[in-house]
Order: sequence, then C-alpha cells, then structure tokens
Amino acid sequence: MKLTATEIEVAEILEKDARLSDDDLAKMVNISTDQVRQIVKKLEEDKVIVRYESLVDWTKVDGHQGVTAMIDVKVTPKRDVGFNDVAERIYRYKEVKSVYLMSGTYDLSVQVEGQSVNDVAHFVSQKLSTIEGVISTTTHFVLKKYKHDGTIYDSDDQDRRIVVSP
Amino acid sequence: MAIKTSYLAKHVRTLKPSGIRKFFDATAGMTDVISLGVGEPDFVTPWNVREAAILSLEEGFTSYTANAGLPELREAIARYVDDYYCVSYDPESEITVTVGASEAIDIALRAVLDPGDEVLVVEPCFVSYAPLVSLAGGVPVSVKAKREHDFKVQARQLEAAVTGRTKAMMICSPNNPTGSMLSRAEMEQIAAVAKKHHLLIISDEIYAELVYDDLYTSFAALNGMKEQTILISGFSKDLAMTGWRLGFVCAPRELSQGMLKIHQYAIMCASTMAQHAGLEGLRHGRSDMADMRKSYRQRRNFIVQSLNDMGLPCYKPEGAFYTFPNIEATGLDSETFATRLLHAERVVVVPGNAFGSSGEGFVRCSYATSMSQLQEAMKRMRHFMKNL
Repeated sequence: MKLTATEIEVAEILEKDARLSDDDLAKMVNISTDQVRQIVKKLEEDKVIVRYESLVDWTKVDGHQGVTAMIDVKVTPKRDVGFNDVAERIYRYKEVKSVYLMSGTYDLSVQVEGQSVNDVAHFVSQKLSTIEGVISTTTHFVLKKYKHDGTIYDSDDQDRRIVVSP
Repeated sequence: MAIKTSYLAKHVRTLKPSGIRKFFDATAGMTDVISLGVGEPDFVTPWNVREAAILSLEEGFTSYTANAGLPELREAIARYVDDYYCVSYDPESEITVTVGASEAIDIALRAVLDPGDEVLVVEPCFVSYAPLVSLAGGVPVSVKAKREHDFKVQARQLEAAVTGRTKAMMICSPNNPTGSMLSRAEMEQIAAVAKKHHLLIISDEIYAELVYDDLYTSFAALNGMKEQTILISGFSKDLAMTGWRLGFVCAPRELSQGMLKIHQYAIMCASTMAQHAGLEGLRHGRSDMADMRKSYRQRRNFIVQSLNDMGLPCYKPEGAFYTFPNIEATGLDSETFATRLLHAERVVVVPGNAFGSSGEGFVRCSYATSMSQLQEAMKRMRHFMKNL
C-alpha cells in the first residue's frame, strides 16, 4: 500500500500520541481538520492504524501487578500452511498478548500475561504445550519492565534548561 | 570624600547588558511557568554522542588538542560542510574548532576589524553581534530587516548603509529571532553588493540544518563568495549540544590563520571531550538531526497557526525554531506584553526589542518545547488575549 507523505506523517504522530485532537493534528501537518479526519478514517479502514492504545504501568497499582512471560516455542511446520496454522491456534487464547515468527533457534515468540506464576504455568503445561505441532517450550518470566515500544517507564523528563536564553 | 575608582574600562562600563537577562530575573521563584523564551533545543544530546564523550574520558583523552581542533574532527567537518553547505575547505588550514559559534563570531570580528571599521549588522539579531563588534574596536551599523519583507534584509538596504569605512556585514539566516531565511536569489543580490564594495560577509549559519521548506544555501557556496565569507556554524542547535560549547569557523586560509592566532592565545583549544562528542555526532548523528527537524517542523506549523488564530499575526518562518508574532494590535509595547503575559499566565516570551530596536512590536516565541507544553502555552495565550 502506498501512502502519501502527509498520511505517513499523520500515522507517525498518532503512533506517539493518539489523544491529539484533530484540530491540533491538522495544524501540525498544515492541512484542514476535515482532511485529517479523512486521512485517519482511511488509515483505520485499511488497518494501517490497527488500534489506539495506552501504555499503563500496572506495577504501580496494588493487586494488578500481574505476571508476564516470554515463551520460546519450537514448532513442526505443516505442509502448505507452514507456521501459520500453529500460530493461529496459539493466538486465539486471550492470555496470549503477542505472537511473532522468529529467525534463530526457535520458531514462535509468544508473550503471555497472567495473574500469577501459577496461571502462566497452567497455560503453558495444559494448553500451549499440548497444541499439535508444538515440540517444546522455554518460558522466561519478566522481572522488570524498563522500556516498552520506545517509551521508558519511569523516565526523568525534567527540563534542565534555563528559562530564558538568547 | 574619596572618589571611588572604577577599574572597569570605559567601553565596558557603557556596554549595555543583554535585555534578556531582565526576563530571566523576573521568572525567579515562579512556579508552573511555561517558557517559550529558550534559545536552545528541548532535546537532550543523542545518547551515542554523550557516550562518545564518556568513552573519551574513560580512555584518558584529557589533554589539549591541536589549537585548531582534533585533526579527525576537522576532517569530518570538512566532509560535512562539503556535503551540506556545498563548499570545500582545507581541514589543515581553513577550519578552526571553537568554543561554540559565539567564540567564532568574536574571533572573526577581532581578526578583521581595524579601529573604527564599520560592520553592517542585520537586525533583529542575536544579542551578541553589536556588542562584539564594539568590543573588537569596530562600529556596528544596524540595518533593519522589515516585517513587510518577511524579515529578509534587502540588498539595497545594505548598499544604502555602505560607507568608506564599511568592512563587513554580519548576517544570520535562518535567523534568530525571526526564523526567516533568505532565498538563494536574495542571497545572490546581497553577495553582489558585497562584491561591488569588497565587503566581507560574516555568516552565522548555526541554524543551517533546521530548515523546513527549501533546500539550504550557504553564502560561502555562492559563486565566487568563498573568498569573501567567514562561515560560522556549530553543533549546538542541530545536534542539541548547546551546553558542550562546540562550534567551528571556516574561512579562506589567510583569514582562518588570523582567527587561529586569536583563538590559540585566548582559548588554546575547544574542550577535548566535547570534540570527541562532536566527531561522533558528525559521523552518526545525521539521522538524529533529521528526526529533530521533523519534530520542529510539526511544532512550527502548530504554533504559527495557533498564534495567527488568536490574533497575533505571525510570519511563517522557514527555519530555526522561533516565531516572531506581531503584538501591536494589543496596543502594548513588547516589554509590557511579555511582562503582563508572564504575570497573568506564566508564559515566558522574549520582547522583540531585546534583539534590536527593529524588534519592537514583536515577541520571540521559541517552539523548542514539547508539543504538550506548546498546547498548554497556546491555551494560556488565548486566554490572555481574550482578557486583554
């Protein structure tokens, strides 16, 4: 799909801050508010903009800390459908937050979230490892999140400049 | 009664303090202030550049460098200037690494001015030009770039100011504080005046990378102008390195060697760790520059339209990170406007007259501030305008 420079710029800006108003966005890229709405609609319809999300730091919220695991999955690919068939079987579970096909020593990288280590353990042993085609799983629990999608969780973005300078 | 002796030289006693200082003092102790008064990027220096300085310290590069700067840095500057400014300088004899572009302006003026020589200073401009001309023994002659010309000085205005004593003209494009950038055609006309009257152009090109609509043209790159141009630039604005104090000056051999003499006696050499950082910036910082440029461009579009919408007519600047809205419709002079805005809404702008008398009737708003701060600043200024 070919996008215009302006369409790309709108997508880039919204990727960083999805809450910008259409008016402010229009001013930033120097087009009318109506044009912004048209572009955003097109990007949404074409699934270029898939979803608007907030990055929430749940570790700050009591009782909502949760557990994240990254699981390396080895798979026997199937004739005709390759890895897609197994990937689909995996991503249907709501515990699964992301699934990537990887180069290297394993095939699928699966990110799983649960309330507790037990939750994740149960999912891996009862569900994931029993899927046909899955040869092995290696589970890594996340201990601390520092940076996600380009954003540092507890960044010190204090402005250190003097207030007025020539 | 004994008369108290002042040891200060007369010309220093009479030197006017910068008008910006006053506004800095006025904000002391205030909280919740949003500043559009800052003349430097809001970005922090890219990490790879900072890391290069740290590594240089770890490896023990803590001694002087060559007076003119690290040879490999000068070579990198020569390649970069050749590529972006489109003019070739010999890194051995025509490039000096300086303590910011500020030092470069100082040594350029001191190297070329005899007592009483006149310099055409195009204003509104950076606060240091006229005082540095005076300190170098010269006479600053201000030539006013006008709003009706989109703050682009006209060649005929410069020519009209030329006398038998005129030695040089001091030009900054893209400009601080107006953000205006001369077109190539306008520069050709100015160059023709320089050639006709054998004037030197001291060209402050510190904002060369921050241009948003057109390709950049350097005075030194114009046909035959290298011989009559001192090209000054640096790392402060495009690589967000203001605090490192790192600049450079390029000029034909004779001029360059003259400036180098002053530099070696006054400064010795630019900070060694800053030079290592600058080298990394030139080698691997071009994509960072491009990212920052894109962000400034969006903010420029936003602030220009916002100011125009609230009744502060504003020329759309082609470069740098300043807007220079006209505030005359409010009936206030620029200092009163800035003072009242500060006290009523806690937004800092700089009165235009801090950049020369032709800046009266305008204020400088820097958009080197995060989008969220800009949005809040525009909200507060709209409120201020409604309640005037």
